[in-house]
Amino acid sequence: MNYHWNWGIFAQQVQAGEETYFDWLLSGLGWTVACSLSAWVIALALGTAIGVLRTTRSRTLSGAGAAWVELFRNIPLLVQMFLWFFVVPELLPRELSLWIKQDMPAKEFVTATLCLGLFTSARIAEQVRAGIQSLPRGQRDAALALGLSSAQAYRHVLLPRALRVIMAPLTSEFMNTFKNSSVAYAIGLLELTFRARQMQEDSEQGIETYIAVTLLYFLCAFIANRVMALIEARTRIPGSIG
Amino acid sequence: MLDNLDLEVVRASLPFLWTGLLFSLKLTLVAMTGGIVFGTLLALARLSPFAVLRNSAAAYVNILRSIPLLMVILWFFLVIPLISGKPVGAENSALITFTLFEAAFYGEIMRAGIQSVPRGQVDAARALGLGYAQSMRDVVLPQAFRNMLPVLLTQTIILFQDTSLVYAIGATDLLKAAEISGKNYNRPVEMYLLVALIYFAICFTLSRLVRRLQARVAIPR
Repeated sequence: MNYHWNWGIFAQQVQAGEETYFDWLLSGLGWTVACSLSAWVIALALGTAIGVLRTTRSRTLSGAGAAWVELFRNIPLLVQMFLWFFVVPELLPRELSLWIKQDMPAKEFVTATLCLGLFTSARIAEQVRAGIQSLPRGQRDAALALGLSSAQAYRHVLLPRALRVIMAPLTSEFMNTFKNSSVAYAIGLLELTFRARQMQEDSEQGIETYIAVTLLYFLCAFIANRVMALIEARTRIPGSIG
Repeated sequence: MLDNLDLEVVRASLPFLWTGLLFSLKLTLVAMTGGIVFGTLLALARLSPFAVLRNSAAAYVNILRSIPLLMVILWFFLVIPLISGKPVGAENSALITFTLFEAAFYGEIMRAGIQSVPRGQVDAARALGLGYAQSMRDVVLPQAFRNMLPVLLTQTIILFQDTSLVYAIGATDLLKAAEISGKNYNRPVEMYLLVALIYFAICFTLSRLVRRLQARVAIPR
């Protein structure tokens, strides 16, 4: 293997500009984190709502929830990115479509975040549904018998317990969100993977570049994991198993 | 708006999309077969009494599972030519990458499968005089495989969706073929819609079949 190592490359300036390669990767990391965290908020809110819909007695509501999950689960994320970026603006009214294409601020970021958020919401919905269904039937019955409305039963009894049950799969889904955000490079979001490819071409030090970027992704996954573990420990019901 | 969709373009591009789809399917099948074989070896290594084997298999699996597949694809595309000393092309690079990457995921499924086989089965096999290799091959692995068949197939559906990421190194899979057609005819909207529909139809049908299979393959106890 004939490779010229140069670990000093990160301190060097890029070919056309004042910035260093380190600056590129740092700003890439920033966009990756911003996109993943915002998508996670969308996914958690929507996913919980859809998961709840799927456990209601109404056939229409649970059917709509199922359709949502199947739609977002059976199309590759990269294809969904292209759909949101290239196709959806064409389906909107003409003025809105023009505004999105020409004037919308941070267009790539908004599109990627929305896309990743909806994609992840389908997966969270499945976990929330499984969590609610894993609770003993008596929980719901008891809540209703105490005079809580259906909404109150979910809010005060079912969801607080179900979300604790699914902390482990939620943790890996949170880590997945960071990994999946790499796909946003394809619509031009200047996140880590985009910067990695850019730096590889610009500096021709591919291995150093990819090692650094891989370590940054590791770091994201590790921190995501620790944060979720902390939340899990803080919210544990005293006396429960696990 | 959608009322001026050009269906003629869709028809004209179908043969090219078909060759793209064939590559996606080939990549899925190769990575599935290779991934299950290599993954089963990884699972056996992770369950072996030798610490060196156990730890290196665990490291392999954990590293690959914690970086984005897209980065893995770019890594191999960069490194394989450096190691082999000659360019291998995007298609071959994709075949190697997906086999090695999916092995980490299939391996974890097989490990769970092996652990799901009751301990008594292994004891009985050993008591009958079968060696390690024989008891694994003839007793444990067939049951593990059967128990995990639905999960293995679900992973394969995910794998099929993930093959769209070879877009990044320029291999012509279904998605890349659609993008090229979209550029050639200047009708990207039709092409992206069509390709989403194809992926959806395939994945939805397969996941329905897996669900039906699930009830059938369970080993009665």
